[in-house]
Amino acid sequence: MTLAVILKQVPDVVEELAIDPSGTDLDRDSVSYVVNEFDEHALEEALLLREATGEDVVVVGVDTTGELDQALYTALAKGAQRAVKLVGDVEGSWLSTRALAGLLAPVIRELSPRLVLTGVQAPDDLDGQLAPTLGALLDWPHTGVVVGTELADGLVRVRKELWGGIMLDLELATPAVLGIQAARATPRYVPVGRVRQAMRESTIEEVEVETPVESAPKLSRLRAPEAAGRAEMLTGSPSDVVERILEILRARGLY
Amino acid sequence: MDSSLRKVQDVWEQDTAIVEGVDISGPWNRMFGQRVIWNYTPELIDEIASFPGAESFAWCYQCGKCVPVCPVDVVGDYGPRKLYRKAQTGISLLDSPDLWLCTTCMNCLRVCPKQVDMVQIMPAVREQALLSGRPLPAELQEALENTARYGNPLGQPPRKREAWVKDAGVPVPILHQIQRPVEWLWWVECYPSYHPRGIDASIALARIFHALGLDFGILGREEKCAGDSQRLAGERGLFEMLAEENIRTLSKYEFRHIVVTDPHALNAFRKQYPKYGGQYDVWHYTTLLARELPRLHPLLTRQLPYRLTFHDPCYLGRHNGEYDAPRQLIEALPGVEFTEMPRCRQNSYCCGGGGGGMWLDSFAAGRQRRRLSEERVLEAVATGADTLVICCPYEVSRFEDAVKSTGYEGRLRVRDIAELLAEAMGLIGEEPAKA
Repeated sequence: MTLAVILKQVPDVVEELAIDPSGTDLDRDSVSYVVNEFDEHALEEALLLREATGEDVVVVGVDTTGELDQALYTALAKGAQRAVKLVGDVEGSWLSTRALAGLLAPVIRELSPRLVLTGVQAPDDLDGQLAPTLGALLDWPHTGVVVGTELADGLVRVRKELWGGIMLDLELATPAVLGIQAARATPRYVPVGRVRQAMRESTIEEVEVETPVESAPKLSRLRAPEAAGRAEMLTGSPSDVVERILEILRARGLY
Repeated sequence: MDSSLRKVQDVWEQDTAIVEGVDISGPWNRMFGQRVIWNYTPELIDEIASFPGAESFAWCYQCGKCVPVCPVDVVGDYGPRKLYRKAQTGISLLDSPDLWLCTTCMNCLRVCPKQVDMVQIMPAVREQALLSGRPLPAELQEALENTARYGNPLGQPPRKREAWVKDAGVPVPILHQIQRPVEWLWWVECYPSYHPRGIDASIALARIFHALGLDFGILGREEKCAGDSQRLAGERGLFEMLAEENIRTLSKYEFRHIVVTDPHALNAFRKQYPKYGGQYDVWHYTTLLARELPRLHPLLTRQLPYRLTFHDPCYLGRHNGEYDAPRQLIEALPGVEFTEMPRCRQNSYCCGGGGGGMWLDSFAAGRQRRRLSEERVLEAVATGADTLVICCPYEVSRFEDAVKSTGYEGRLRVRDIAELLAEAMGLIGEEPAKA
C-alpha cells in the first residue's frame, strides 16, 4: 500500500516579488520557488508513517513552474519511493485549487493509496481547499488541520487541532485525504549529497495532462500591497521609546 | 565466573586471597585481577576510524596533551582524548552531543604527538551522522537549509548581497556590471555582506581599498557562501555544490588575485577549491594591507587613543599561518597601546564560531559553563584593553554579544582592524560607518 503526498511549489517571499508588466502575473524571471511549507510537513508525516508501517511514499505534483524536479528529487532523497510529475501546457500558469485537484484526482485514484496527505493550506490556497476538493472528487473522507496520524486496520486515527488549544481525535475509514497542519516532527534535513544521488539514480514518472477549461474567476490585476500609513515609528533614546510605548498602552487601556 | 569473586562497587575483588604465602585478602587485591578497562571492546573506535578522513581517531594513545589546550574543555567537559575514552566505554560519538561541540580550532592537532586530526575527523563523522538520517541541532539545520537555498546561512535574499555597496561612499565595482578585468577580486562573503556590523567593516575596507587606489571588484549577487564552515559541520555535498557554482562564476571573470574578508573563505580557497579545479592566488585582507603598509603609513594621520588587544582567528592563524600581518597593522595605528592576551598566536583561544559553531550557539551554550566567546572577552578585559581587535567576520557578533552577556558593555568595544585603519585614515568616524 502507498501513501500519496502532494507537493506544490509557491513563490519564495524572501526575495521581493515583482509584478510582470502585464499586471496579471508575477515577474516569473525574478521569482524563485520553494515547496509550500505545509506540504513539507505532509511529506514528513508520511515518512514518519512509513517508518512505523512500511508503506511506500509516493510524491505527486503538477509542474507549473518547470522546476518541480528539484522538489521531487529532494523528497526521494528524504525517503519517498516514487515521484510522479504531471506535465503539459500547465507550465507557466497559475492553477486554481479546483483545477489542481481536478488534474490530481485521476492520477491519485490510479495510485490507489491508503492515504493522501497534503498541506492544510498554501499561499495561493489560504482557504485550504485542496484537501476537501480532492476528497469530494475522489469521494473519500477528508479532514484538515491535522497534527498527528496513526494507521490501523482499515482506518486512520488523526489528531486535529480545533481552537484555543483543543484537540480532536478522530478515526477516518481509508482511503482518506488529510490536510496536514504540522507533522509530529520538524521536517527532516536531507544532505545535498543525498539529493544529488537521487538525481543520478532515481527516475521521475511523468503523466501528460492538459490545462482544464474551468469556470474560475479570471484574474484582472495584481497589485503590490499599499501602505496604510497607520504605523508610527518611535524614535529617540531607548528610555524615551519605552515611555512612549507605555503611554500608548495606557491610552488603550492595556496597561 | 570465578565463584570466589564478589562484586563491590563495580569492581571484582576476592574476600580471601593468599598469594605466595602473603595474605592479600580485602578490597585492595582488586589490582591483581584484570583491570576493568580490559572488558571494553574497540568496536566503536574502529567504526569511527572506518569513515574516510577519520582514520587518525584510532591513533590516540591517551596522553591527554590535547585536553588542556582544547578551548571547549576550558568551559566544559570535552577534549579529543575524552572522545576516544568514551568510545572505549561504549558511548558512540555519532549519537553523542560531543559530535557538535568541536569548533575545529586545531589547537589539539598542534600538540598531538600522534597526529590525531580532529579537523578531518569531525567533518567525516558529522557527515556520517547526517547521511544516516540522525537529527541535527535545529539551528544548524536552518543554517544549512538557508545556505542550500539562498547561498548564505543567514537566509537573506541573494539579490541583496550587494546592497551594502550603496552605503560605501566610494565606488565598489561589481563585476557583472563593469565587464572588465580587475587586479583584485574581493570575496566579501556572507556576514560582511549582510550582517550590520559585518557591513560596517566592509564599508571601512572598501574605503581603504579606494584610498590605496587598488584595482578591485566584487561579485555581488553572483557570489555564494564559500562553504567551508558548512563542510566542517559535515555537509560535504553542500560544500561541493557551492564550490562548483563559485568556481563556475569565477571562471567568467578576469582577475589576478583574490582578497578575502573571511579567514574561512581563505581556508576554502587555499585548501579545498583546488580539489575541484579552482586554483587561485588568495590573500587575507590583513596580509594585503600589511604589504601595502609603506603606502598606508602616510595616510594614518589620526591619533587613536585606544588600548587594544587582538584575537587571532583560528582559520587565519593556526590553519593558515598568518600571525604577523594583523599585528603589523595594529602597531602602525598612531597613538594606540597594544597588549597581547595570554593565549595568543599559535595558542590563541577560539571564539567558538568555527566548524559550524556559528550555528550551534545555543546548543553549545546549554552544555558549557560559559560560551567560548565569553571566556575570550573576559581574557581581553583582564588585559586592561578598551578595544578587542578582530579580523574575522564571525567574531564581531559573537564577541559583541559576549561583551553584553558578561556585563562589560560600554567598557570593551569590538572592532575590525579595517575599521580602526579607516578611522586612523579619517575615512570613518569613531562610530560604525553605518550605525
